[in-house]
Amino acid sequence: MAVDDAILETEGLSKEFRGFLAVKNVHLRIRRGTIHALIGPNGAGKTTCFNLLTKFLQPTAGRIRFEGRDITALRPAQVAKLGIVRSFQISAVFGHLTALENVRVALQRERGESFDFWRSHSVLRAYDGRARELLAAVGIEAMAEVPAAELAYGQKRALELATTIALEPALMLLDEPTAGMGREDVGRIAALIKQVAKGRTVLMVEHNLAVVADLSDTITVLARGEVLAEGDYAQISADPRVREAYLGSEEG
Amino acid sequence: MAVRSEPAAIRAATGTGNGLRHHQLGMALLAAALVFAPLVLYPVFLMKVLCFALFACAFNLLVGYVGLLSFGHAAFFGTAAYAAGHAAKVWGLPPELAVLFATACSAVLGLAFGWLAIRRQGIYFAMITLALAQMLYFFYLQAPFTGGEDGIQAIPRGRLFGLIDLANDLVMYWVVLAVFFAGFLLIYRTIHSPFGQVLKAIRENEPRAVSLGYDTDRYKLVAFTLSAALSGLAGGTKAIVFRLASLTDVHWTMSGEVVLMALVGGLGTVFGPIVGAAVVVSLQNYLAGLGHWVTIVQGLIFVACVLAFRRGIVGELARLVGKPL
Repeated sequence: MAVDDAILETEGLSKEFRGFLAVKNVHLRIRRGTIHALIGPNGAGKTTCFNLLTKFLQPTAGRIRFEGRDITALRPAQVAKLGIVRSFQISAVFGHLTALENVRVALQRERGESFDFWRSHSVLRAYDGRARELLAAVGIEAMAEVPAAELAYGQKRALELATTIALEPALMLLDEPTAGMGREDVGRIAALIKQVAKGRTVLMVEHNLAVVADLSDTITVLARGEVLAEGDYAQISADPRVREAYLGSEEG
Repeated sequence: MAVRSEPAAIRAATGTGNGLRHHQLGMALLAAALVFAPLVLYPVFLMKVLCFALFACAFNLLVGYVGLLSFGHAAFFGTAAYAAGHAAKVWGLPPELAVLFATACSAVLGLAFGWLAIRRQGIYFAMITLALAQMLYFFYLQAPFTGGEDGIQAIPRGRLFGLIDLANDLVMYWVVLAVFFAGFLLIYRTIHSPFGQVLKAIRENEPRAVSLGYDTDRYKLVAFTLSAALSGLAGGTKAIVFRLASLTDVHWTMSGEVVLMALVGGLGTVFGPIVGAAVVVSLQNYLAGLGHWVTIVQGLIFVACVLAFRRGIVGELARLVGKPL
């Protein structure tokens, strides 16, 4: 293993919205092959952080390095091509496309940015086998021909995961993967994340602390845009500042 | 849109790869109908329908499959009409080169307009396309080569490839039919190409498409340019057929009409814009005696569409049969 095994690093990452500092001087270090959770009370800047890392937002200050390369100036699609693939809080599927087509849209990316509007659809059949494997891996292979909009919520999240791992991302960013789920679905998605995280690196924002405790190797706690604490679950849960931040936000 | 409760509607709008056989059947029926149509209908009327059908299909490529509502498509239709008219009349180019030149003009214009407009989304995109088209309208109103209020009249139809005299309406009809089918098939192929698959993904959820590594702006720009070029093909052909290019072709009401056609027929359906164009052109022709009342009738149809059958004629039909049409 390399001496420096950080896959993603930020230095002094900050984002200001018209005078409001949503993210303040955040130093993050995501180690390769780990599941890293980003937690914190509402409005702590977790999703903003995600948007900065994937370049959906442009940071006001600071640097982002991925695999040792400065990616601060890149566009979102370029970041994705390098292997940082994110999911969204609201399940992001292509509603009118079937589950199979959803996954295939990710798989066909390897054809490059192709604008071949004259070519037949049939070239995409080559990806059907792999797409079905991915659907099977997340347990929804029976829904392959069903439009994504018709899937149940948990199935949509599973489909989103299948689409994300189709790109073989080096780093997966999952934004609240279990948000809005029933207990049964939470368990299934958590198991799924554990399974797909093998051999990859995952950074996730998650509110469900049971999931965080179960999955993550490292936890970073954000509060009011700043890093409050970092460590494993035992360290974090014992930290009085973290307790205060959580309790304080619940009272307010 | 209440998608969850209407699975058939979703399937109807989904262009799945395995359900294309009935598209081929539809095309065969359409081709047969158009081959025999001159026996019962005037070729000039049919040519008008075909030109507008191609225009509506090109427009639908953008609104129905990329989710971009352009309100300035008259710019491409009208520019091509002027370009074809000028090329055929002043430069004396044969009709095929005049139309080709017109298509190229619209493509370049589409590239420029698209480059500016795709920076914004939704209503802002529509407004930018409208504003740009209006600027162009006033330019054409003043520019000497357009003939201002008179337009370019008596455009020669000429001889196709220097051989076939197009003065005969029926001969002209076969040419227009060929042009229409070429354009229609290209659009059909585009919708069902790997590129088209990415376009649909962008329509469904653009941020997700970006997060998968697609430079969505470039896809939108290619689609916009393609749509503009095909609108130009329709406009150029129309100028040759009717031997006229006028301000009507670039006026904003033309942009509105193409929206109406696509909407009446069914946005995001393969055959909808053709049906929509046939309906709207028929109404204009047969209700011409009503004068300005035509606009009111059109308005009422628009309202009825939005209220009663939002998916358009073909869209509703597709829902009934449970297949994309």
